[in-house]
Amino acid sequence: MTAALRFDPIRLPEKCEQLRKEVRAFLAEEIAAGTFDPHKPNREDTDAPEFSRRVGAKGWLGMTWPKKYGGQERSFLERYVVTEEMRVANAPTRRFFVADRQSGPVLLKYAPEHIKMEILPRICRGEVCFAIGMSEPNSGSDLFAAKTRATKTDGGYLINGTKIWTSSAHIADYMIAIFRTSPPTKENRRHGLTQFLVKMKQPGIKVNPIGQITGQYEFNEVVFTDHFIPDDHVLGEVDGAWKQATSELAYERSGPERFLETYYVLTELVRAVGPNPDTRSAEGIGRLVAQLHTMRRMSVSVAGMLEAGKEPVVEASIVKDIGTVWEQQLPHRVRDLAAFVEETASNRETLERQLDFAIKTAPKLTIQGGTTEVLRGIIARGLGLR
Amino acid sequence: MAESDNIVVETAEKIFADLADPQTINNDKKGAWQAPLWQALSEAGLPLSWVPDELGGSGASLADGFALLNAAGRFAVAVPLAETMLAGWLLAQAKIASPEGEMTVLPASPRDRITLDADGSLSGRARGVPFAKAAKHFAVLAHGKDGVAIALVVGAKARIESGLNVGYDHSDTVTLDKVQPVTLKPAPKGFDQTTLMLMGGVARSLQIAGALESMLDISVRYSNERVAFEKKISKFQAVQHNLARLAGESAAALAAATSAADAIANAKTFNDEVYLEAASAKIRCAEAAEKGGAIAHQVHGAIGFTIEHILHRYSLRALAWRDDFGSESHWAVELGKLVANRGADELWPLVASR
Repeated sequence: MTAALRFDPIRLPEKCEQLRKEVRAFLAEEIAAGTFDPHKPNREDTDAPEFSRRVGAKGWLGMTWPKKYGGQERSFLERYVVTEEMRVANAPTRRFFVADRQSGPVLLKYAPEHIKMEILPRICRGEVCFAIGMSEPNSGSDLFAAKTRATKTDGGYLINGTKIWTSSAHIADYMIAIFRTSPPTKENRRHGLTQFLVKMKQPGIKVNPIGQITGQYEFNEVVFTDHFIPDDHVLGEVDGAWKQATSELAYERSGPERFLETYYVLTELVRAVGPNPDTRSAEGIGRLVAQLHTMRRMSVSVAGMLEAGKEPVVEASIVKDIGTVWEQQLPHRVRDLAAFVEETASNRETLERQLDFAIKTAPKLTIQGGTTEVLRGIIARGLGLR
Repeated sequence: MAESDNIVVETAEKIFADLADPQTINNDKKGAWQAPLWQALSEAGLPLSWVPDELGGSGASLADGFALLNAAGRFAVAVPLAETMLAGWLLAQAKIASPEGEMTVLPASPRDRITLDADGSLSGRARGVPFAKAAKHFAVLAHGKDGVAIALVVGAKARIESGLNVGYDHSDTVTLDKVQPVTLKPAPKGFDQTTLMLMGGVARSLQIAGALESMLDISVRYSNERVAFEKKISKFQAVQHNLARLAGESAAALAAATSAADAIANAKTFNDEVYLEAASAKIRCAEAAEKGGAIAHQVHGAIGFTIEHILHRYSLRALAWRDDFGSESHWAVELGKLVANRGADELWPLVASR
């Protein structure tokens, strides 16, 4: 067989279910205290620094990391449970989500020890927010076309150029970014980019908000003008960032956030149709639930492979491809099915408000974090077509 | 791929490779391959995998049997292996010993019903029964006034209107008119027609997933051989993206089917969680059969539309298997009702329980 794709039926271990109960109880308390409204999905507008600290105090940030850096040395499957419960509850995770999922693991792997000791425990305490500096005005999917320069100077680098579509840059304390330290070579166009840890809110960095079609301002343009970064903030090999990107992608692309982004409209649809749905509604809901269940089983399977130390890049890309296309279509399917919901359904207004937001959110889901086209290219390579 | 790491699957794959090579079978218009294949499978004890030793079977685990069905799907095996396995499993639920030879199960659709009369005879009509014509015996689930019973019936006692499904396999209408069974026993507590349909649905899901794996495999291989516009068609981005989608559909089918099989293999009862798994597998695999099969054909172009090419052995069979033991529409309605009945706030706990 050419394509060795595996999605073994991994089950979450028993200890995850105890943890799930704890997370649900915590979220119920937060909802009761008015921290957030689970029926209002536009949490991306909400910056909740105090909530972030309380999540940290629970030990649910950096939970897979070594204890000496503030982590809990728990499994990826346990982290998976925390992530999916937060997502389904529409909890305001924006302040810590990127740091916990992506930035922390990069630092763990590539940062010098004193930086790890300084920053990782703060991520675990929910004190710091991270952004990811990848896209530029003329390089989005084509990551290796990045032009923002890091020029060697005494004791560090001077950064000049612009990053764009940078989520949370306006509130972030740090950014992990790639900058050009050398031109690409003839043999390797991916050569010459280096990964850096950037301390935000410093001279030479200007963050300009960009309005989105949802009405939110959650991504930004970040302009660097002779911004100084010290040598010890280089992450990994100079000119060798291309070697470092791949393993992260499996984490970034296979999590529950890749199919649960608009999940709330399905819950609300079930509420709206009530306990005795007509055949059309029942069939529509049944198909959506079957699709959701299947994606979650695939996603858990990838989490299990990560836990086992594998790098399931192709499988993760499949999860994100199928998952994001599904969550993009979901509000439209729910709208179809809700067309004949009784005017008197008690949650009609909530459902309509949610659909309005989800339909506006939908277009970004197949773009952010690797477009559908890029993912299918990765899958095609995995199949031996490229 | 779900490579075999158990002896049952290894044995089966060797037999399939020797005696069920799709190209050889496709060239053989007289069906001379059927008898040797069935004989080899029987000698290896595979059709009665799910029947305990004391009831005449080989006593393999549910998990091994499911893996065997997945392998059978990869070879698009067109003998009543899955059907005999299911029949043996059904009989074993009531501790009825399995006879030798081909079997199938009645009913094969959630909409049909066989009744058990007071005199112990069975009556009713079952449509779309796979391989009924070839079956020497039927395992029957019947409803009597005292509840559900399981019976072994001699095939010759039924009236059979023979038909073919979309995949050119026998799918027949079986009518029982006051037929006296060989053996009849009450079904165990809690076992009903839905249990049988879910089990049959998961068997079909595994076969569909297997067929999709092979469709992906032969489509990738073909795209790396076929040249058009002076290059291999695998180098065209449009073709690559289609194949990436086929890989996704194949992966989704495999994940849904193996997850459901794992759920059943480890279940004490067919509760809501197992229902979610089994119904979802049938729904998602059926959807994948449509979407994935269409891509496999698109990649192959006209050659894949010919009867000489092996693609249809997988693509049409996967489509046909959608209909058995409840179509995806049936299960979607039932799953939707279950979800609605549990209520909106119980949906996530149900999904997360798996």
